Amino acid sequence: MAGISKDEVLHVARLARLELTDDEVATFQEQLSAILDAVSKVAELDLADVAPTAHPLAISNTWAEDEPHECLTLDAAFANAPERDGDYFRVPPA
Amino acid sequence: MTGSWEAVIGLEIHVQLKTRTKMFCRCPNSFGDPPNTNVCPVCLAFPGALPVANRRAIEDCIKLGLALDCAIAERAVFHRKNYFYPDLPKAYQISQYDEPLCSHGRLTVPTEAGSVDVGITRAHLEEDAAKNVHVAASGRIHGATATLVDFNRGGTPLVEIVTEPDIHDSETAKRFLQLLRQTVVELGLSDAELEKGSMRFDVNVSIRPAGSDELRTRTELKNMNSFNFAAKGIEREIARQIRVYEEGGAVEQETLHFDPAHEEAPPMRSKEEAQDYRYFPEPDLVPVEPEQGLVERLRREIGELPGARIRRIADTLSFYDADVLVTGGLDRLWAAVVDAGADPKDAANVLANQFVAAGVDPASASAAELAKLVRARAEIPRTTFDEAVARVGDPGFSAAPYLEQKVVADAGALDPVIDRVIAGNPAQVDQYRGGKQGLLGFFVGQVMKETKGQADPRVVNERVREKLGA
Amino acid sequence: MTLDTLTLTAERANELLRTKEVSSAELYAAYLEAIAERDPELHAYLYVCDDPGGDGIPLAVKDVIGTKGIPTTAGSKILESYVPVYDATVIVKAKQRGLKVLGKTNTDEFAMGSSTENSAFGPSRNPWDPTRVPGGSGGGSAAAVSGGLAPWALGSDTGGSIKQPAALCGHVGLRPTYGTVSRYGVVAFASSLDQVGPVAKTVRDCAWLYSVISGRDENDSTTVDVPEVELPTADELKGVRVGVPKEMNEVEGIEPGVAAAVREAIALAESLGAHVDECSLPLSVDYGLACYYLVAPAEASSNLARYDGVRYGLRSDGADFRQMVMNTRHDGLGDEPKRRIMVGTYALSSGYYDAYYGTAQKGRTLIAREHAAAFERFDVLVSPTSPTVAFELGARVANPVAMYLSDLLTIPSCMAGLPGLNVPCGLSDGLPVGLQLIGPQFSENTLFRVGHALEQALAFDGVPARYRDDG
Repeated sequence: MAGISKDEVLHVARLARLELTDDEVATFQEQLSAILDAVSKVAELDLADVAPTAHPLAISNTWAEDEPHECLTLDAAFANAPERDGDYFRVPPA
Repeated sequence: MTGSWEAVIGLEIHVQLKTRTKMFCRCPNSFGDPPNTNVCPVCLAFPGALPVANRRAIEDCIKLGLALDCAIAERAVFHRKNYFYPDLPKAYQISQYDEPLCSHGRLTVPTEAGSVDVGITRAHLEEDAAKNVHVAASGRIHGATATLVDFNRGGTPLVEIVTEPDIHDSETAKRFLQLLRQTVVELGLSDAELEKGSMRFDVNVSIRPAGSDELRTRTELKNMNSFNFAAKGIEREIARQIRVYEEGGAVEQETLHFDPAHEEAPPMRSKEEAQDYRYFPEPDLVPVEPEQGLVERLRREIGELPGARIRRIADTLSFYDADVLVTGGLDRLWAAVVDAGADPKDAANVLANQFVAAGVDPASASAAELAKLVRARAEIPRTTFDEAVARVGDPGFSAAPYLEQKVVADAGALDPVIDRVIAGNPAQVDQYRGGKQGLLGFFVGQVMKETKGQADPRVVNERVREKLGA
Repeated sequence: MTLDTLTLTAERANELLRTKEVSSAELYAAYLEAIAERDPELHAYLYVCDDPGGDGIPLAVKDVIGTKGIPTTAGSKILESYVPVYDATVIVKAKQRGLKVLGKTNTDEFAMGSSTENSAFGPSRNPWDPTRVPGGSGGGSAAAVSGGLAPWALGSDTGGSIKQPAALCGHVGLRPTYGTVSRYGVVAFASSLDQVGPVAKTVRDCAWLYSVISGRDENDSTTVDVPEVELPTADELKGVRVGVPKEMNEVEGIEPGVAAAVREAIALAESLGAHVDECSLPLSVDYGLACYYLVAPAEASSNLARYDGVRYGLRSDGADFRQMVMNTRHDGLGDEPKRRIMVGTYALSSGYYDAYYGTAQKGRTLIAREHAAAFERFDVLVSPTSPTVAFELGARVANPVAMYLSDLLTIPSCMAGLPGLNVPCGLSDGLPVGLQLIGPQFSENTLFRVGHALEQALAFDGVPARYRDDG
């Protein structure tokens, strides 16, 4: 039985930078527990000697030549910027 | 360091590759351009953007790995390293985790006392973060600040090199860093300039009782931006840790942030929370499986590396001379000058002194003409010699005119001048005869002056000594 | 001439344009008229474009696909005012062939959902019964095509988001082989599963649109060269080996009406000359959902981390950077993305990676192996696309896991990177039933061939009955 505790909900929310209200924590705890319960089923599989599939296609060595392309204009780069300060993106202090 | 403790030092170095474009997009890889002008949807992490790996960067990393004697992976994978920060637009950095491109290498650092093998745990590829500028906002009452972000640097290819904790003193650490820097510069992979940030390093320091093999808690030293600064910082940290243990305390796991503008200032200490980066294989990129042919071609392009050249040349010259020549970028010219007939020690001497002092570019110097000068060094006047060496980089330089000016070594020609000088300085003569042997140099100097540097100083020396008597 | 957009195929529209019976402007105007008439009820579109001029056929585009100068919201408040400065590669290709972006269609937020009820801008409705869902996440494109509001559309499929809505709305949808269509410019959900695909009224239209958008893209490292697309013509299935995976056709949850319609279609295939036989995919159905709901959220948790209010999209206030990001993501992301981000973060977190994400990626290998083994004996596998016909709006929103079960039958083949085609095969209780054809990697031409022959024989009327009744 794979439930998730309130602390664990707060922990993953923090890692994922999701602010949650107390009500939300409670609701999500319930829902996430149900989901994790359903997916924990994978533990039943016999996976000895099975390699993970990171890519559906068995391809490798896809590279690009070291040739520059045209960059965005400043206007394009900042077209959707919430806060532009001169030619910088501005955010609250980190 | 007191005899009962041994320092255990490991290094983590980031080298910016000087490819033309970024690691995962084709924006120019360029330092110092106006902010946010070398950007595109990929390095700004716009919705839907995808990375495409730079072939040149991959080849450069393999080359660097080979130069560090690493095994090149048959299959290397990129991973995502997830965390939030303004200079990380995707909120993950594409890096490598448990399947790096290069591993299990070694850099042998020649030192006076012998060579030190420093293990290279791994060398892998990743992308650099963008640049945060922390500013004070104008018009705010309480000095509130903001962070401004310039994404030009974001996505620059980096090779991260991690060493085994095989270094045991600050001098070796410094020499390791110098040698690594010279290696990447000679291979044309990076400018490795500390002031520009194209080479950065962190140092891990711990200590243990001499003779034991335990590994105690280590501290991380960050932000030292010169090798000398690093050596001093390491020394101070070693001393501090010794004090802590000898006073019965325990060293805590901390990061020490130095201030590059104030070397002497004590570092800020922080205990960074263990971060959970949730590494997983990057699904937008496919594995790198370097072909044998590629690896062999890159290996052939390497040639003899600086560390090996120092060790080889130290068989002929002293370690010190070998070190000065190789680290000064002069050894290839030295070898050519020796090949052209000059004595190895004389050639080393001239290169390390007059040649360097005159600022001649080794690449433009004629080895054959320089060899002629070195061989005739005793026969031409000092000033003439120095002048010739200073010009040896000029196009079409010939030593011949300089070699024509011989020193005057004939005692018969010199004696009258010597006699004049002796006669003109009776007080010094008395002092010399009275025991001040050092005044010999005074007389020789006066003769050299009179002869406008044309006299052979050895002959003058001999004749003055004889004339002044016992 | 009056254009009946409810029956007009892209192929037919192209013919009319070629012979100049209709101008491109008239064609476009006909769709705008249909949209004005039926979209207030269906809410298929989030944004409708003015006719940009030019000579081509209009194309509806799911709002996760980036369109330069046209708002692209991914169904989320966090991108409500985002206007891309670049086109997705599939849009570049479409424009090169003269296609015109008609509008952006509704989607579950960040393509996460099976009904469009997770869209931050309200759900779309099923043209066959507006009290029911059109499916998801591509319910907008589905409602548009079946509702006669577009001749065809582009969708995206991660776990069934093209096929399942196609089944619920009664038209054709292709989820292509992974790697045959570029993801560049498409808002990422789960990178190793996402594929853009065609949504259309007929298999031939679907094949044609696939030929426009497919192909290796230098901007997407996971794409490869694609075999040349053949528009299907054959109306028989002689020599085609059809496999019927027991588990996919008999698992609990499949409505009797759905099972019956699919069985009849399979019998029809046999009468067209196909060799039909049973096979088994024991683990794929049983464990596919669990593997998917670990891998997809894990990748999504990372792909959605860039929505931090720094460079685009919504930004909420915060005293410092960290708080700004937390508030922005709280305010801008809906519940389903939040749930998946948290599940995904958990699955990747220290101490849990091996048990969750690592294990699920291994499970994926087993699923791929099972399918590969089946394809040694068969050319295509068939099953229902969705276990049920369209369910009522609101019926599953309170229970995330119940909603996830909508994709039970589409998910396994997605995990193996395999192509799948939905072909409408009948009605149950007056609502469309979809037949899913699955093939090995790069077998699109086989899927088109089988789909087309079946489509001709089935002669399913794709116009929702309630629109016919009005006529």
